[in-house]
Amino acid sequence: MKLSLPARATLCVFTVLALIFMYLPLVVVARLSFNPQKSVAWPGWRGFTLDWWHKAWQADAPREALINSCKVAFASMLIALVLGTLAAMAMTRFRFFGKNAVSFLLVLPIALPGIVTGIALQNTFSRTIDLGIVSFRVGFGFHSLIIAHATFCVVVAYNNVVARLRRSSPNLLEASADLGAHGSQTFRLITFPLMRSALVAGGILAFALSFDEIVVTTFTAGSGFQTLPVWIFSNFSRPNNVPLVNVMATFVMVVSIPLAWLAQRLSEGGDTV
Amino acid sequence: MGERLEHAPNLTEIDLTDGRASEPSHPFRGVNRAFHGRRRLGVASTLGLPLAWMLLVYIGSLLLLVVSSLYALDTTTQKPSDTFTLDNLRATFDVTDPAVRSTIWVFIRTVGVALTVTVICFLIALPVAFFVSKVAWRWARRGIIVAMIMPLWAGYLVKGYAWRAMVAPSGGKFAAAGKGSGGFLDSTFSWTPGYGSVAIIVTLVYFWLPYMVLPIYAGLDRMPPSLLDAAGDLGARPMRTFRSVVMPLLKPAIAAGSIFTFSLTLGDYIVPQLVNNGKQKFMFGTLINSTLGAPNQPLAAAYTLWPLLIVILYLFAMKRMGAFENL
Repeated sequence: MKLSLPARATLCVFTVLALIFMYLPLVVVARLSFNPQKSVAWPGWRGFTLDWWHKAWQADAPREALINSCKVAFASMLIALVLGTLAAMAMTRFRFFGKNAVSFLLVLPIALPGIVTGIALQNTFSRTIDLGIVSFRVGFGFHSLIIAHATFCVVVAYNNVVARLRRSSPNLLEASADLGAHGSQTFRLITFPLMRSALVAGGILAFALSFDEIVVTTFTAGSGFQTLPVWIFSNFSRPNNVPLVNVMATFVMVVSIPLAWLAQRLSEGGDTV
Repeated sequence: MGERLEHAPNLTEIDLTDGRASEPSHPFRGVNRAFHGRRRLGVASTLGLPLAWMLLVYIGSLLLLVVSSLYALDTTTQKPSDTFTLDNLRATFDVTDPAVRSTIWVFIRTVGVALTVTVICFLIALPVAFFVSKVAWRWARRGIIVAMIMPLWAGYLVKGYAWRAMVAPSGGKFAAAGKGSGGFLDSTFSWTPGYGSVAIIVTLVYFWLPYMVLPIYAGLDRMPPSLLDAAGDLGARPMRTFRSVVMPLLKPAIAAGSIFTFSLTLGDYIVPQLVNNGKQKFMFGTLINSTLGAPNQPLAAAYTLWPLLIVILYLFAMKRMGAFENL
């Protein structure tokens, strides 16, 4: 299929416009964080101040929220990595009944609307669950958030590891076996090194997903516990806090996007094997 | 990718202890043989933990949610009581009641928004993905695709907030009155959709566009160029090639992308709060959230059955189209 030059040029322009569409809002927020005025009105490119960054640095509430976010994201990342890797190994190594259902199950928490997941988990955590022998109530706070976040982060870790395992050639395992390695040696010397960068990539993406999440978070955090997105959400409509929200929003972008880019590079690695 | 998996040799078949008798004995050999010999043990030891987590935490919660919609609200404590009732389900599904009909109408409107968002995402994603995979310079391909995907990770709320700043009209408590003194769009182009349904749709398209671009790009990338050349050689014009060759092959990829654009829009309740000042009942998610805050937890639980039902049906339909191999 040969496209004419005008057709190719049109496609090129369209793609450039799409890229502008994707980045313009981010640039606007970043610009606003240096804006001397306290509003979301566009200031043009004149006027520049670091005051709000300075104030945000000193303010307690956003910093506390940021630390909370990091803790929750780190813990959910660890859980997600363990669960996701185990699931990925099961899915690439074995055939079993209900295999398709498992992949369905793993993707469900991010494929279902966040509000459904959020209300379902909130309902569960707020109840006293009576199992006959033990009865307990999960309650709200750090732990409930970690459980909720880990649940929807599993699929990210899983996707990265499973893609790597599928790409890596079974010949390697065969060769390892031919050379006399037993199962745990093969895992330590072949499978794990193959997975390593996929694990880092999956971990970063799981961290980023948890760090940014707002919908499930608002339902499962309970009152009085703020992550950074929750802080932004409860402050964006207060005119006095708009400058700080601009700063924190920019901060989140500046941290997340390079991390995601790094994860992207890492998950591309290992293609040669 | 999933297809390859099904045809790949099962790793248990490349068993380390299988028929390779002359190897020196090893202290763990027996353990390994037992482990490898028993597929069930292998499946249980790897899949057991993740499966238990997902079933207990997630599926358990979804079932409990359905159950909790079957109990009445205790009007004095404002909490779910132990009294069994079908009232919540009636208030959600009974189409003969005009009040319920207006609720369902909000849901239908939300499905409409979700479909609109999906179609717009598709219309933007297709040319972009096509350009990158078939037209752009080879060295630039990965870079452009990664650039399209990266904003996905900028933070949901950050991006929603960014659009709030983009479309802000002049006047109100955030910007001075007068034309051109609002947010970026207003001051640059003297035009803004303002807060409302257009802003909601634009913001949602912005959110989920990368989810559509990525699978379509992957689908096009897998398509051998010789296939398109063959169509050309047989006399098909680009439009015909596109309709008869490209689109049928892309169907699973589009289905995969649409899962996110459709389903995530269906439950959204944050965007309407960010870019739809005041008007509370535009999206169904907002309605669920305000019912929950009323507080009427059982009724909110019953309301969530609508999106739950539709999305699960949608997922099954997309699964039939092969979407899950393209996620």
